[in-house]
Amino acid sequence: MTSKLVTTDVLVIGGGLAGERCAIEAAAAGLDVLVLSVVPPRRSHSCAAQGGMQASLGNCVKAEGDNPTVHFLDTVRGSDWGADQEVAQIFAEEAPVAVRELAHFGVPWTRVRAGKNRYFIKGEQVEIEEKAENDGLITHRDFGGTAKWRACYAAAGTGHAVLYAVDSEAVRLGVTVRDRTEAVALVHDSGRCWGAVARCLRTGEHTAVLAKATVITTGGYGRIYGQYTTNATINEGSGAVIALDTGVVPLGNMEAVQFHPTALSPSGILITEGCRGDGGYLLDKNLDRFMVEAEPEKQELASRDVVSRHMARRMRDGLGIETKYGPHLWLDIRHLGEEHLTTKLREVFDICRDFAGLNPAHELIPVRPTQHYSMGGVRVNKDGQAYNMAGLFAAGESACWDMHGFNRLGGNSLAETIVAGRIVGRNVARFAARASLDVDTQVALRAIERAESRASAWLERSGSGPTVYELRDEMAETMIADVGIFRTGDELEAGVARLRELLADCDRAVLRSKAPGMNPELSFALRLKGMLKLALVTAMGALARTESRGAHYRTDHPQRDDANWLSRTLVRWPDGASEPVFSYEPVGILDLPPGHRGYGRADQVAMAESIESYNQRVDAEQRQHGRLDTEESPGSRIRWGAWAEEQ
Amino acid sequence: MSNNNLEARHLTFEVFRFNPMDPESKPHMQRFEIEETQYMSLFIALNQIRETLDPSLQFDFACRSAICGSCAMMVNGRPMLGCRTQTSDLPDVIRLHPLPVFKLIGDLSVDTGTWFREMVESTEAWVHAQQAFDPHAEEDRMDDQIAQQIYESDRCIECGCCIASCGVANVKAEFFGPAGLNRIARFAMDPRDTRTDPEWFDLVSNEHGVFGCIGMMACHDICPKELPLLEVYAYLRRKALSAALSSKNSD
Repeated sequence: MTSKLVTTDVLVIGGGLAGERCAIEAAAAGLDVLVLSVVPPRRSHSCAAQGGMQASLGNCVKAEGDNPTVHFLDTVRGSDWGADQEVAQIFAEEAPVAVRELAHFGVPWTRVRAGKNRYFIKGEQVEIEEKAENDGLITHRDFGGTAKWRACYAAAGTGHAVLYAVDSEAVRLGVTVRDRTEAVALVHDSGRCWGAVARCLRTGEHTAVLAKATVITTGGYGRIYGQYTTNATINEGSGAVIALDTGVVPLGNMEAVQFHPTALSPSGILITEGCRGDGGYLLDKNLDRFMVEAEPEKQELASRDVVSRHMARRMRDGLGIETKYGPHLWLDIRHLGEEHLTTKLREVFDICRDFAGLNPAHELIPVRPTQHYSMGGVRVNKDGQAYNMAGLFAAGESACWDMHGFNRLGGNSLAETIVAGRIVGRNVARFAARASLDVDTQVALRAIERAESRASAWLERSGSGPTVYELRDEMAETMIADVGIFRTGDELEAGVARLRELLADCDRAVLRSKAPGMNPELSFALRLKGMLKLALVTAMGALARTESRGAHYRTDHPQRDDANWLSRTLVRWPDGASEPVFSYEPVGILDLPPGHRGYGRADQVAMAESIESYNQRVDAEQRQHGRLDTEESPGSRIRWGAWAEEQ
Repeated sequence: MSNNNLEARHLTFEVFRFNPMDPESKPHMQRFEIEETQYMSLFIALNQIRETLDPSLQFDFACRSAICGSCAMMVNGRPMLGCRTQTSDLPDVIRLHPLPVFKLIGDLSVDTGTWFREMVESTEAWVHAQQAFDPHAEEDRMDDQIAQQIYESDRCIECGCCIASCGVANVKAEFFGPAGLNRIARFAMDPRDTRTDPEWFDLVSNEHGVFGCIGMMACHDICPKELPLLEVYAYLRRKALSAALSSKNSD
């Protein structure tokens, strides 16, 4: 083999929490693991998760009676019944173990303090006596869309604390990490993945990493919304792009895009849901606490899609605070007091000081809903195995596993990274242990050549075309205007047309820098086309889905339609085709029947068929769409009707 | 904040340039002129420079909210996080250099990842647990006060500002540096870590450890996360001393 080829047992693409937790599982099984990461792993976007990680330990008084079944119920309702219920069940069951394991890895979880504790609940200050027998156990805070307090946390730096602990464990196990390295293509042959072509972001050189099993853990694609996202600059959906580029692996539910209610305006920096969980209010320009009337039951703690829509309506009705950067509303956490804000919400206090020059103990925080999370991603089965491509797995935000359906609950993503990392990592390890690396090296060398010629084509092209940054900005403006919180057929059609133009323009865009090495302009240019493809399939998926479900809200089709749309969108982009191909599969086996979520609209269109008949076609139809065999049979982990006792 | 009474300033950036991958490139300072806008951070300014004036300019940002630690750089001679540094707090002329100590990748971009991975390996910065994880057991209890103390040290984002500002780290590659010493303290105070006093003593009580520090304490002043490094060193010195005394007593 030439020096351009490297081999390993398991290749992990993405050094955030999902990737590193997979890597730990494979390394602990005695396999060689190589992690590619565009940044040092500790700088992955997992570090920016603030408020908490959902797990039903039930340790504090307001968490009493919590268990995985209640967590399952909240998650499926939160998803607006778009989730795969078996996956939601597996997730809810394993989350408590995952949180405890993180304590073992060293996460300094906030603990129960026995005796009187002061909390803010629905606008009232209450004193609750925490039990002596629970003193020192991991405690919880409230989050949106949950029946119990369930989010485990370390101040408002939960993601940071978890990422450092997990990375430490990966280092302890000797996991090899190549940071500043980007996977730009998968190496695959006849429906079998054999690793990836990697581009070094120090030198610009390409190599191929050949592996028995490959996992995509690259996070979300929020940056297709440009600056209108809470996401880091590195969340460009590169894992979804290389999966889509295979021509056969489908992406699931790309139109399911979450807007977080409280991003700091105008910078877009996240302000955790923990602020509202700990008792914060949302106020309009008249200082009216509008969520009390809008959602009497959950108030500020309805699910994110619901709260974001109420906020957007409020601003549309002229009740936002107007600025030259657009309107915003207020988040009020003054009443929580300076001590609480500088300990349990310390990171929020710092962000307000550093990025808005304000003290949240005395001043209101300007916030507005902003793109935050990608429910969609690489479609995988319950083992994490991608559709149509043996040996390719995905986990975390980059995957559509699919426990979030059309809306993710706060704190469920951090939990998913670890739970899916454990489960998918185990399956990856098992797959790799059984496999041998009998790949034709010519396949890898040709993949390297293609990647190199793509880079040189950019460097050789000249003319008067647009710059890559102009196209990126156009994409972002199109996405936020036409594929935002409220969607209509007319706007989506205009958005789709514009994105098609931008995709065509991408082929005549020119670089102004031919600098040797990594060349930051070239590095971005190499991602741009893939980002535009993701933007286009997101907009097309939203246009096709003529209903409203979770975060996908069509003002021209405002009802959830379980008769026609209790389905998952799948999209592939066949090799050489000019257009993507859409198809739909059942969301999965139904245990909890579709119904009202307990917040938001309650007038959904009922299913036209019985649940039994729906469930009967799940297996065959998902197979037709490329779902590969799972270790255990479909539905084996469902606990039929267990939810009935927790209603 | 008012939008009206801001007078637009004209900003001059003098930026260190060198691309080691380009045989033609020589280290030099390059000047860029831009108009200041409201809420302009170095994140916004540098991206504007790259997108409108010189697309070859290399620098690192990821989270742009002061939590990932990617963007530390020398700003008018002082190590700072670029994302949270507002131009309104800076003079009209802003000189930017890459952090010293770390290997240069290009322009303002340095290799902190390799340095910190080596630090984590050399200090074994992970919980040394006696027992394997038991998935069926309740979590070990911990006093919340201790959890908060650990979290306080755990907040280090490994941006490298302290390393760049440290007189010792600048001349002695083996020195753990402020971030490394803080990392040791974080695990030393963690009851889950079973390393013994003599083991901690061996780790910190040498010139690479806490006694290598010559006490200039720039690290304490510049830490973007305001970690109490002064207290951290006092804690480590006390720990080393008590370990030394107890080993003497047991001799």
